[in-house]
Amino acid sequence: MNSVSVADVGRPAIRWHALSRSLRGGLKGGEYTWAVAFVVPYLAVFLTFVAYPVVYGLWLGSEPSLYRELFADPIYQTTVVNTVLYLALGVNVKMFLALLLSGFFMRPGRWMKVLLLIFVLPWAVPQISAFISIHWMLNGEWGFLNNLLYHLFHIEGPAWLNERWTALGAVIASHIWKWTPFWTLILLAGRMAIPLEIRDTARVDGATGVRGFVYVTFPLLANLYLISTLLSTIFLLGDFNAVYFISGGGPADSTHVLATLGIRDAFDLAQPRLGVAAVMSALPLVIPLVIVLMRKLRTTEVQL
Amino acid sequence: MSTITAEARLGSRASTRVRRAMRRRRYLGNAGVLVLSVVLMVWTFVPIYNMVMISLEPEGDVYTDRLWPKMPSVESFWSVLTQGHWYLEHFWRQFGNSLYLGVMVTFLTLLFGSLTSFSIGRMRIRHGWLVSNCALLTYVIPASFLAIPFYRIMQNYGLANNLWSVIAALVAFATPYAIFVFQEYGRSIPIEVDESARIDGASPFQIYRSIYLPLMAPALVAVGTYALLLAWNEFLYQFLLLSTKSSMTVPVALAQFLNSDQSPWNYMMATAIVYAMPPIAIYYAFRRRMTAGLTMGGVKG
Repeated sequence: MNSVSVADVGRPAIRWHALSRSLRGGLKGGEYTWAVAFVVPYLAVFLTFVAYPVVYGLWLGSEPSLYRELFADPIYQTTVVNTVLYLALGVNVKMFLALLLSGFFMRPGRWMKVLLLIFVLPWAVPQISAFISIHWMLNGEWGFLNNLLYHLFHIEGPAWLNERWTALGAVIASHIWKWTPFWTLILLAGRMAIPLEIRDTARVDGATGVRGFVYVTFPLLANLYLISTLLSTIFLLGDFNAVYFISGGGPADSTHVLATLGIRDAFDLAQPRLGVAAVMSALPLVIPLVIVLMRKLRTTEVQL
Repeated sequence: MSTITAEARLGSRASTRVRRAMRRRRYLGNAGVLVLSVVLMVWTFVPIYNMVMISLEPEGDVYTDRLWPKMPSVESFWSVLTQGHWYLEHFWRQFGNSLYLGVMVTFLTLLFGSLTSFSIGRMRIRHGWLVSNCALLTYVIPASFLAIPFYRIMQNYGLANNLWSVIAALVAFATPYAIFVFQEYGRSIPIEVDESARIDGASPFQIYRSIYLPLMAPALVAVGTYALLLAWNEFLYQFLLLSTKSSMTVPVALAQFLNSDQSPWNYMMATAIVYAMPPIAIYYAFRRRMTAGLTMGGVKG
């Protein structure tokens, strides 16, 4: 962002006058006060509501004995498996679908525009409304899905949310339902940003269809796709709503992910330290992700 | 003569073959588009259809295997709007809370975000990159991971059941995005505009108010929509921090009956639809601006 920053640090023997000027970034006294005053509100919010909770959370979860207790808990072990599955399937299936669909929506025509408008509806509907509907839709006895299966094919559908794998599958599918439109729009914008000349030249050179995608479009989209995947991984790791509303962590606490397990430990079991520890155990995954992402976001200036 | 016509005939035969192949491919392509369109529409609409169907059912009809209510009625919507069911007795209060939350989060996010980006991007304050990094860090920390310490801090401050505790959390998590978008968008406005105003004697605040903000209007709309929808979609912080009937927002009230066996599903779905209306309306009204904001700066990778 500001590139003149680090270079001047530690340069010796500057006169005080010049030093204070350089500290102020070349702003005159009154203007410097204004500039500081403009940043203060956000800094105050950051320190009070982000930095302080982070430090406090680190302190809460700093006892090693907590982790021994946590790792011995069978529910925690299932939760880790669920989280990995949720991340691996949720992120990748969604992103891959978004990649394909963004290509589909590049087709010309009025109908495509209309279809895109319809297709983004899940993104516009609030999570709470959508997930409550899906929760009841999957009810084994009275849910719409099983009614539909029965009327169309005379199949008695299972009680989706009463079994671990179907419940987890439902959570993942709901996540895909809700968020594919958003990432499709992002990748669609990425495809639109590819200059027409490149596409035309590639077409003349015979790179159409799959070849065009593999050799021309995807290399140009790869960076955006990578950043989107990383961001989506972070967002998904912190996702509470899909699991909470659709499976509620059930049956028998078998479909929790780390975010919901932390809240359950802290509030249902009244063990906030254990809850913080559950969330903190994701740090070995979060920290490298954050480092890579911060570097990528800073250097490539992709805005999401 | 004859050879020419023969050649022409040959040529036209070849071209009809090509044309036929092309037409076949186009038919196949169109069929593919049709099939995919149908699949996408069904996939998109099933949960929404379910929501609408159940909201139109009278209470007893929910527990049947129908695909469409026998006697569709808007009674449950009427009950929601008139608070006519025990479960809905505070509906307007809660809707008001949601609205207040959304408006405040939007306003403060725009205010803090634009001030910060003005200071960093336009006035080029020293060490502005540090502030940018704070924002970037906040953007990549999952909000739900901070919920437990945040809850305890708010308890200590005595801010439990106070909407402002949620507003604070959401502003803290929404502002980083605002800062990025504003800074990125601000680059398209020449810095000379600010400088000439400065030479004319305008104070930084005047430049911010009369030059920066008006020129940033499209980005303000994009980020404002983002912040409003963020607040409208958020659940966890509201759920943890708001527990009394008069302080809670619509999502918290909706979630209360999720896991009981005798949930008033038709009322819940009607509430969910009423709650979904504002963001859908806003989304379709500001759609172009929003997607512009989402990808502002494009893909320079």
